[in-house]
Amino acid sequence: MTPAGVLLSQIAGVAFLGLAYGMVLYVISVGLSITMGLMGFVNLAHGVFAMTGGFILSMAMARLGIGFPLALLAAFLGAAVLGAAAERLLYARLYGAGERAQVLFTIALIFIAASVARLSFGTQAAQIRLPDLLHGQTLLFGRAFPTYRALLILLGCGIAGVLWFGIERTRWGAMVRASVDNRFMAQSVGIDTGRLFTLTFALGSGMAGLGGALGADILPPQWNYPQEHLVYFLIVVAVGGLGSLRGAFAAALLIGIADTACRYWAPALGAFVVYGATIALLLWRPFGLFGVARA
Amino acid sequence: MSRAGAYSADPRLRWPEALPWVVALAAFFLVPDYLALGAHILIYILFALSLDLIVGYGGIMTLGHAAFFGLGAYTAGILASRTTLTDPLIGLAAGGLAGGLFGFASGAVVLRTRGIALLMLTLAVSAILLAAANQANGLTGGADGLSGITVAPLFGRFAFGLVGRTAYLYSLSVLFLGWVVLRRLVGAPFGAMLTGIRDNPARMEAIGAPVYRRKLLAYAISAALAGVAGALLAQVNQFVGLDVLGFAPSGEILVMLILGGVGRLTGAFLGPTLFLVAQDQLAKAWPEYWYLGVGLLLLGVVLFAPDGLLGLADALGAALARRGAGRAR
Amino acid sequence: MPSLVRAAGLAALALAAAIAGPAGAQTVKIGVVTTFTGPQASYGDFTVKAMRLYEKLHAKELPPGVKIELITRDDGGPIPEKARQLAQELVVRDKVQILAGAAFTPNALAIAPIATAAKVPFVITNAATSFITTRSPYIVRFSFTIPQTVVPLGQWAGRHFKTVYTLVSDFAPGIEAEQSFIAAYKAAGGTIAGSVRVPIQTADFSAYLQRVKDAHPGALMAFVPGGTTASSLMKGFAELGLPAAGVKLIGPGDIVPDEDLPGMGKAAIGVMTVQHYSAAATRPANLAFVAAWKKAYGANSTPNFVAAASWDAMDAIFGAVIAEKGHMDPARTLAILSHYRNANSPRGPVFIDPATRDMVQNEYLRETEMVHGHLANVEIKTLAVALKDPGKVAPKP
Repeated sequence: MTPAGVLLSQIAGVAFLGLAYGMVLYVISVGLSITMGLMGFVNLAHGVFAMTGGFILSMAMARLGIGFPLALLAAFLGAAVLGAAAERLLYARLYGAGERAQVLFTIALIFIAASVARLSFGTQAAQIRLPDLLHGQTLLFGRAFPTYRALLILLGCGIAGVLWFGIERTRWGAMVRASVDNRFMAQSVGIDTGRLFTLTFALGSGMAGLGGALGADILPPQWNYPQEHLVYFLIVVAVGGLGSLRGAFAAALLIGIADTACRYWAPALGAFVVYGATIALLLWRPFGLFGVARA
Repeated sequence: MSRAGAYSADPRLRWPEALPWVVALAAFFLVPDYLALGAHILIYILFALSLDLIVGYGGIMTLGHAAFFGLGAYTAGILASRTTLTDPLIGLAAGGLAGGLFGFASGAVVLRTRGIALLMLTLAVSAILLAAANQANGLTGGADGLSGITVAPLFGRFAFGLVGRTAYLYSLSVLFLGWVVLRRLVGAPFGAMLTGIRDNPARMEAIGAPVYRRKLLAYAISAALAGVAGALLAQVNQFVGLDVLGFAPSGEILVMLILGGVGRLTGAFLGPTLFLVAQDQLAKAWPEYWYLGVGLLLLGVVLFAPDGLLGLADALGAALARRGAGRAR
Repeated sequence: MPSLVRAAGLAALALAAAIAGPAGAQTVKIGVVTTFTGPQASYGDFTVKAMRLYEKLHAKELPPGVKIELITRDDGGPIPEKARQLAQELVVRDKVQILAGAAFTPNALAIAPIATAAKVPFVITNAATSFITTRSPYIVRFSFTIPQTVVPLGQWAGRHFKTVYTLVSDFAPGIEAEQSFIAAYKAAGGTIAGSVRVPIQTADFSAYLQRVKDAHPGALMAFVPGGTTASSLMKGFAELGLPAAGVKLIGPGDIVPDEDLPGMGKAAIGVMTVQHYSAAATRPANLAFVAAWKKAYGANSTPNFVAAASWDAMDAIFGAVIAEKGHMDPARTLAILSHYRNANSPRGPVFIDPATRDMVQNEYLRETEMVHGHLANVEIKTLAVALKDPGKVAPKP
């Protein structure tokens, strides 16, 4: 192959792996973006729901013998139910409590969830046995790509589409958008923000659970999952802009590709580039790429 | 009388403020086998004090304070292992200077934002420092940590031994000096201005206070003190690992401070002491239950006792005073 | 004041009695600092299991009235500050006569000054970077050194693969493995296709493996810590299609720990490694060891290289305790440990080289195969006999 051909092939490989990683980051973080934009709540414990989804997938497949698609659904529902319960019982008490209380509360949640995970599942990462169909590679444009990663990209796009439709075209979506833009106005117009918050939080947590389950290969479910990946989830949300679907999608893909490209071409730099770029970007646009300035 | 949540800025010294020093000196004689733990507690008290300045008095919420702690530790460690400057006081000064300078530089950038963006930036700055320490393994030892640190005897006479007597008294002295500095600072008009900025920045701007500059100064001082604490740790342990940087130590020191009670300096003494002593006794046997317990305790504190242990003590004191007044009538 | 004098006298007597101890009873305390939690939790688990099993089976050999007490402490992983603190407490508070453990190099390095300052022999059961034993005259290592496994691997690879790509975790053992392998491999006539160092915490190797694949080497030499990391690497290796692209996976035995094999699945078949111990070895001493292990810990449990090292370490400690009748003198203990010889260890004939206080042993080439329906590291041939550590280097600054 010509040098240009080699380079193109490398770029294709990096882009592919980066997109798959980005999709996982997107599915996990989009819920955080929406809830942070909607409720203004600094939820550092978002990774807990992603971890839950990953463990549910592992347990459902290994202990209960459930098939992969159903186990994914179980991961989504399980995390959503956990999210709804947490919101009603705990989060709702702290909506007006100020940043410090919210940060500490979510740190407490991380400690508790991590300990429960460690007690229940030990310290090793949960192993996921993918169905044989998804093993191996498929040929695309004359190059072999891992099949599972291809599926991740397709599913990611699909989920992004469904979410976009939900936010832009349904009544619920309109209520969410209104509440994100101006909560008090939305309340004066008669929107029941309490129920909206619960429903949206449940959806966001469910998405995180689904992302955690789908991405179990890349981000293995383990007791220290919430702390380990916290910074990356927050970067996606901050860089994308709170409450913006487009922002979360763009930021997640950018970070996925940048991180993968770094590992491929300049492993000595490590995560430096991603953090440095984040700082630079947040200084240029403190509300993220697609965020809106808020009082 | 200070009501729960009031931030003590009284410049006059009151006798209970001598208690921590009496306890610390007594511990030196009564529990000689535990001096290594004692030195650690003193170091983390200094770290918590530095955090209290900006979180409690300044109202600046940060998740990246360990960046300055770790930077101070690595500076002192690198000096003591890679150069001939093994005198502990030089390392201390270098750690404080490094922390202060980096605090000034990063603060200049970070303090222009507010709320979630500020939180994010403190996290990102801390994460980037951790990544740098990890990559520069020639200088920092990377994932293996910085070993081979030799600390010259203090003043040429007091060597740092296995039992930790020199380390303990050294840490105690440094903590005392740091506390004196902070105490005067918060008792001075500077402290009042800080709490004013915390409570109502708009009004402070309106009366002409240089809000941004004051916040930056507080941030830099806090970072310098954290750097000194880190340098102490490097010298006492004769080792620096990557675990002095990142989200975990930042979160933990925040938790210790909150449990003790934020904004009154005293909480910074109580929190780390109780936390680290409990951890020493309990966490070895049941590490998972330890973090579960801490999490539940923190949850309880956030929901029911947001002013920490000091707040509870205040409430108890107030309740007893009311009872006493009622009975006297 | 006669009552005071009497009280003082009684106190002095009591003190003397306490110091002398009850007639004949002597407890030798061994402080074990290793990793019981986190991704490499198996290291601590296997160390303590092996030591306790040995103690149970050989308790009768101790002199009458002499007991051995194991005090275990968890350093939580490669957290050297914690390891140092725990060692300091064991020495000062619990007054142990022997320190043992250290799964990780940085932890061993942090404990070394404590051993020297307290004059307590430090028996290493895993940490394998070559220069560790130079950091304290009280260290005796019963496990292995990285160059011991990797140099024979490099020499063998030089005869079988034209090009090799190396992938190691970015910490002292990994870097040492990379450098020793490359030196030995190039000396044997091979060409290095490329090298990459990955962060220790890496869970997803796909980008790095893609890099390897695109370089088209004959083999990939990998060294990552055991446990989750090794399993992730194995999975990624298969997922990215490297076997199909004709790349063989080779490395030190750390990448296919015996206890992780069941979880690795078919991806591990065909991996060639070099190490001093495999649970599938057929020498009589090992068959007895494995049988005793399964009897004590269940038929589904197998020992691994960490267990074998800890077993031999306990054998040596017992030798010292018996020779000194429980009254442990640090210099004598150190001398006895440094001259340990065992022709019949589960790993084959081994001995400690008194000059370096490091283990001298055979290195075997193994292939991971299906044996009676289970994955096992089958020893194919002995690549090196009584190999002293090829890597004794000057202490790093």
